[in-house]
Amino acid sequence: MAGSSIMENLFQRTLEDLIKGLRLQLIGESTFISNATEEIRREVKSTDQHTKSIALQKLSYLSAVHAVDMSWACFHVVEVMSSSKFAHKRIGYHAASQSFNDNTPVLLLITNQLRKDLSSTNHFEVSLALDLLSRIATLDLARDLTPEVFKLLSTARVFIRKKAIAVVLRVFDKYPDAVRVCFKRLVENLESSDPQVVTAVIGVFCELAAKDPGSYLPLAPEFYRILVDSKNNWVLIKVLKVFAKLAPLEPRLGKRIVEPVCDHMGRSGAKSLVFECVRTVLTSLSDYESAVKLAVEKVRELLVDQDPNLRYLGLQALSVATPEHLWAVIENKEAVVKSLSDDDSNIKIESLRLLMAMVSESHVADISRVLLNYALKSDPEFSNQILGSILTTCCRNVYEIVVDFDWYVSLLGEMAMIPNCQKGEEIETQLVDIGMRVKDARMQLVRVGRDLLIDPALLGNVHLHRILCAAAWIAGEYVEVAANPFELMDALLQPRTSLLPPSIRAVYINSAFKILIFCLDCYILQNEGSASWYSDNLAGGQSDLLSVKNDTEAAELATCEGSNDEQHEDFNPRNATESSEDLSVKNDIDRVATHGQASTPPTVLGKKNSMHESIVSLLNRIELIFGPLIANQDVEVLERAQNLLSLVQLIKEEIIDNLVQSVVDIANKKVTRVTAIINLLRDAFTTELGPVSTSAQGRIVVPDGLVLKENLDDLQAMCGDIELPSSSSFGTGVPHLTTTSDTSSSNLLKNEESGPLKESTSLIEHRKRHELYYLPSEKSEIVSDEYPPAKKDKKRANQTKPRLALVRLDDGDVAPISVKRPEPRDDSLSGAIKDVLLRSETGPCMSGSSRSKNHGHSHTKERRHRGKEKIVEGEEHDQREKKKSGHCRGRRKTHQRAKSPVNVVSHTPVIPDFLL
Amino acid sequence: MINFVLLISRQGKVRLTKWYSPYSQKERSKVIRELSGMILSRAPKQCNFVEWRGHKVVYKRYASLYFCMCIDQDDNELEVLEIIHHFVEILDRYFGSVCELDLIFNFHKAYYILDEILIAGELQESSKKTVARLIAAQDSLVENAKEEVSSLSNIIAQATK
Repeated sequence: MAGSSIMENLFQRTLEDLIKGLRLQLIGESTFISNATEEIRREVKSTDQHTKSIALQKLSYLSAVHAVDMSWACFHVVEVMSSSKFAHKRIGYHAASQSFNDNTPVLLLITNQLRKDLSSTNHFEVSLALDLLSRIATLDLARDLTPEVFKLLSTARVFIRKKAIAVVLRVFDKYPDAVRVCFKRLVENLESSDPQVVTAVIGVFCELAAKDPGSYLPLAPEFYRILVDSKNNWVLIKVLKVFAKLAPLEPRLGKRIVEPVCDHMGRSGAKSLVFECVRTVLTSLSDYESAVKLAVEKVRELLVDQDPNLRYLGLQALSVATPEHLWAVIENKEAVVKSLSDDDSNIKIESLRLLMAMVSESHVADISRVLLNYALKSDPEFSNQILGSILTTCCRNVYEIVVDFDWYVSLLGEMAMIPNCQKGEEIETQLVDIGMRVKDARMQLVRVGRDLLIDPALLGNVHLHRILCAAAWIAGEYVEVAANPFELMDALLQPRTSLLPPSIRAVYINSAFKILIFCLDCYILQNEGSASWYSDNLAGGQSDLLSVKNDTEAAELATCEGSNDEQHEDFNPRNATESSEDLSVKNDIDRVATHGQASTPPTVLGKKNSMHESIVSLLNRIELIFGPLIANQDVEVLERAQNLLSLVQLIKEEIIDNLVQSVVDIANKKVTRVTAIINLLRDAFTTELGPVSTSAQGRIVVPDGLVLKENLDDLQAMCGDIELPSSSSFGTGVPHLTTTSDTSSSNLLKNEESGPLKESTSLIEHRKRHELYYLPSEKSEIVSDEYPPAKKDKKRANQTKPRLALVRLDDGDVAPISVKRPEPRDDSLSGAIKDVLLRSETGPCMSGSSRSKNHGHSHTKERRHRGKEKIVEGEEHDQREKKKSGHCRGRRKTHQRAKSPVNVVSHTPVIPDFLL
Repeated sequence: MINFVLLISRQGKVRLTKWYSPYSQKERSKVIRELSGMILSRAPKQCNFVEWRGHKVVYKRYASLYFCMCIDQDDNELEVLEIIHHFVEILDRYFGSVCELDLIFNFHKAYYILDEILIAGELQESSKKTVARLIAAQDSLVENAKEEVSSLSNIIAQATK
């Protein structure tokens, strides 16, 4: 046995050998590691402590640096931890610290070992145990070892005491009842004159206060003393963090600390301390004007510093200041804007956030202009972040800060044209959304849409496809405000539209359909010669004619330039002359009879012919472009193209026949039929689409007696019985109810397309059958009122009112979020701390104090705090009574204990220390 | 608090890892891969603070090594930079003009030093002299033990002759 052990020892590879071997491996590193691990598995089983320790050390190295799993060796770790030699013990503890966690199965085995080491006369062994405990303490370990930690909290060996203080944080977290044992001593260490101890204990309180600041308010005087007296920057930074948490809870505390904080901020040469002061002032002392001004001055110094770290922190500090002191951000606007072109992406992102915080109604346009310029210069990633920020900020609260929607729509158009722009989807959504919400912006939307659509180069940019989709939808939906519908149609019919994906191509086709219907409608109005039409629609007819007039003039130019040859080829002098003569006579008679006016026949005739040529040309072009799409593989494209082409065929036959026929009666009949068709289609497209309120669904009252099931499997059986048309009808209704304002334009088009087709039959039938589920007309009116148009002419005061109504509605509809109760463990820790504090307060109060003034002040303060705590404690007591009766009993005992010191105070000068 | 400490070489090799918050072995590997990529790609003139998963990572490059510490959102970045510098100075004093090789071949000693500077993710000793003294004392303890072992080896060697 001894010989074998010596052999193992002599020939075992050391850690250094392992590392050297690894460094020689260029390709076979993983193989080398596997082999080494296998070797370690054998060595670690050795009965020789040294061999086992070296093996474990090598395994720790592989685990830390090469992520090798070492959980299988946990038992051997325990063995090495229990070695009597410090060199071995250290290796074992390091391995445990690295690999043990709450689930390690051998944790129960180390309790006694830890207890033994915590009591060791070798303080390095105590140190090892404390380090490990701070890392892996479980509930069981914390509970069993609290007495040892308690002793060490007051040991004379400073080296040990500071570690014990650090361990307390973990122990409290795992075993809140430890507070009753250790908290008093923890507080006593706050008064230590040793800087090492104060450093450790203030770090612990910093972590504790971050979770539950209210519990530590009674300790404010101690923290204040440290704040004023300490010269250690590490300590000052921590105590400032503590006060940043406590000050918001107690106004008088803020008033007290503002002066020393300003002293440190003004005098300290350490940037880290100055920055912490700045942050404390901006987060927790924002009511003190002079302190804030000093802090902002310091921030300005940071912003212009050469060190990128300080610039970044300066911007961060401004972010903290933004909610309460936006003026500070605006005051440093130049520095913030300049940071947009910093080399550091972190700094750029931070300055972008600050700029968006500055945005308001009055200067959203200016800031957006600046940002767009930076987007043009920046790298693709940051450029898109800028665009995303603008889009998010402007559409917040339903475009709350946007006053001039024409400007904003133009801005969206410019964004689309920025190279590397990848925000197509969001821009698409907003363009369509604004079209539905802001009627006055539609003309500008169509202009912007037109500019995007007519440019053939854009069709090849994948990132722009969604934007083009929105532009096409807008062109179709709001064609009545377009300056030149024929131009829009030309754009939609470009050959390069074949580069678009099918889903967007379908939108193009649908929009072309709408525009065609609009053009035909204008043509018919102009062409109508019926006396009855004039007499019935005199006023409307006049306004329509006026709008048609503009279109006709523009169309004339385009048509004349493009189709002079066609005119000459088709022109038949004799027939045209005869036809014109007849029409001229007819028109004269009608006008004399109805208006008593005489018009100039040649002018009217000329316009009519030009319009006619434009329509015919348009129909031919549609056939040329969309004809091949009948063979398209995508069913959406195929179906829409087929529908449009069928209509074109129908209209074409009627119009050509109308031109050729010289018999007035026959012509009138056919024109009437075409008119009927066009009017039907036109009416279908005229219904205005509006955004659906976010609270629309909630407004539908569930009828009495109707039980709404979460599981809709029953519908499957029902659908089997119902005929297909009925289920289709039902399908039409659901999207209507669930559609939100964020619905993409594709979905909108689908809904719209299906609606008209079925409206005359199944939809009406469905409405009658399920009348209860549709919004009443009154509510519909309310819905429309919720989205008032933004008119440029209105004064600012008037503009505010509609927005307020809008915002209130959305706010009111949002259900209040219920605050969840804190977890029992946290509550237990908080309660325990308050218990202990209530008891510990009596100690300092009764203990001798050299200064009567301080004593009196402290006494008064503690008295007030005690009163508050009683109230809070009472509340908690009530809550806990509801939970458990057993716990309630324990609580009562504790409460009685808490009260007894008060009674004792009034009777005897000496108070027994219950903790000892 | 400091959640973990990483030492990464310029080539992305891990030289030291210390975890104060609970991370499983799998998570550790993912964290290291993620942060290595993020930090090594940053230019020297950029700031030493990176936002990451709701935390902040403070890093500093010394020669060929990046010292990284992950802290909570509210912690003071400049303070952590000073802690890193504090750690590096102590390593430098202990090894004498410390370089990457020192840390490679004495990785366990780097851990012992780090354990005297930080505990439970908090700074516990801001005095370089004190840390140096503590490490020297522990080394001395180990050396004494080695002498005893060496003595025993001699006795055994004689006995087997």
